[in-house]
Amino acid sequence: MLTIAIIIGFVLVGLATVLTLWRLALGPTMADRILALDTLAIDAIAVVVLMGLSRGSSFSFEAALLIAMMGFVGTVALCKYLIGRAIIE
Amino acid sequence: MTLRDWVLPQPFLTLSIAALWALLSADVSGGTLLLGLTLGIAIPLFTSQFWPGRPHTFRIGAALRLMLVVFYDIIVANFAVARIVLGNVDGIKSKFVDVPLDTNDPYVATILASIITLTPGTLSIDVDMDKRMVHIHGLDVPDRSLLIDEIKTRYEAPLKEIFGC
Amino acid sequence: MYAEAFASFLIVTGGFFVLLGSIALIRLPDIFTRLHGPTKATTLGVGAIVIASSVAGYALTGEVSVKELAVSLFLFITAPVSAHLLAKAAQKDRGEGRG
Repeated sequence: MLTIAIIIGFVLVGLATVLTLWRLALGPTMADRILALDTLAIDAIAVVVLMGLSRGSSFSFEAALLIAMMGFVGTVALCKYLIGRAIIE
Repeated sequence: MTLRDWVLPQPFLTLSIAALWALLSADVSGGTLLLGLTLGIAIPLFTSQFWPGRPHTFRIGAALRLMLVVFYDIIVANFAVARIVLGNVDGIKSKFVDVPLDTNDPYVATILASIITLTPGTLSIDVDMDKRMVHIHGLDVPDRSLLIDEIKTRYEAPLKEIFGC
Repeated sequence: MYAEAFASFLIVTGGFFVLLGSIALIRLPDIFTRLHGPTKATTLGVGAIVIASSVAGYALTGEVSVKELAVSLFLFITAPVSAHLLAKAAQKDRGEGRG
């Protein structure tokens, strides 16, 4: 049962990634694109955690945490650049 | 300034860092706890310049109750947002709302803004401490005053109780 | 057995909410409404998947592991900050200058 649930999970998250990529290409504003990139990082975390589940390894946890941190810092830096044209005031 | 204030400016932050360290190393032996507590004492000391004034009291019972309310609201409101997103999206009435604050404590205002963002359907855009307002955006707001009332009674009143102000 | 069923339920629910965030990203009409979708649905979605990973670990090995919850905790702390900055960036984009 768990294997089937993991496959369904992969399909749902994969569809989500495709839709997010569509919004990334569509835009129309810069803020939309940053939002799409932020969402992509979250989709990637979901995929990594599901991958760890399907392989029964616990090392995926560190990767998920790293993607979360990089995604957050990237979003903040891009937003700061858009707001003030300077990342550090 | 007493010695306790100087060494332990934020006891709750110290405990949180120690607990998080134990969680991350998945181990509660003596060495891990010692290292966690060392970090928990060092980090608040070195970052004390960045904190806007000290937090006052902290009532753990009220905090746990508010946490349960927020988790319940996150789950219920997620299903409400699911219905909006999957339904007819042209009919939604999204608008900006200004929520006046009863407090002038930046800690309370920041936590309130975070809770507003985490509960689906509302998003805090700006905290204005000069005008004592939280500027929020609601996804589907039929009635402005109802939303303001709900935020004030459900989240702001317990927050004021927790921090005693 | 029950733990496995519960983990499967959490995985499907989490996947559904992650997908919902992206559907909101596509369907909603402007940037401020679009901000609502991903910042929350995905927080709960990834939260459910992470809890499922913890529960499944217990079902398969009999050991309780809670460090996965740190990912969820981190997302819950950072989501309001990135939503706030994105909203400000969107205001700047539209030239409203209210913030």
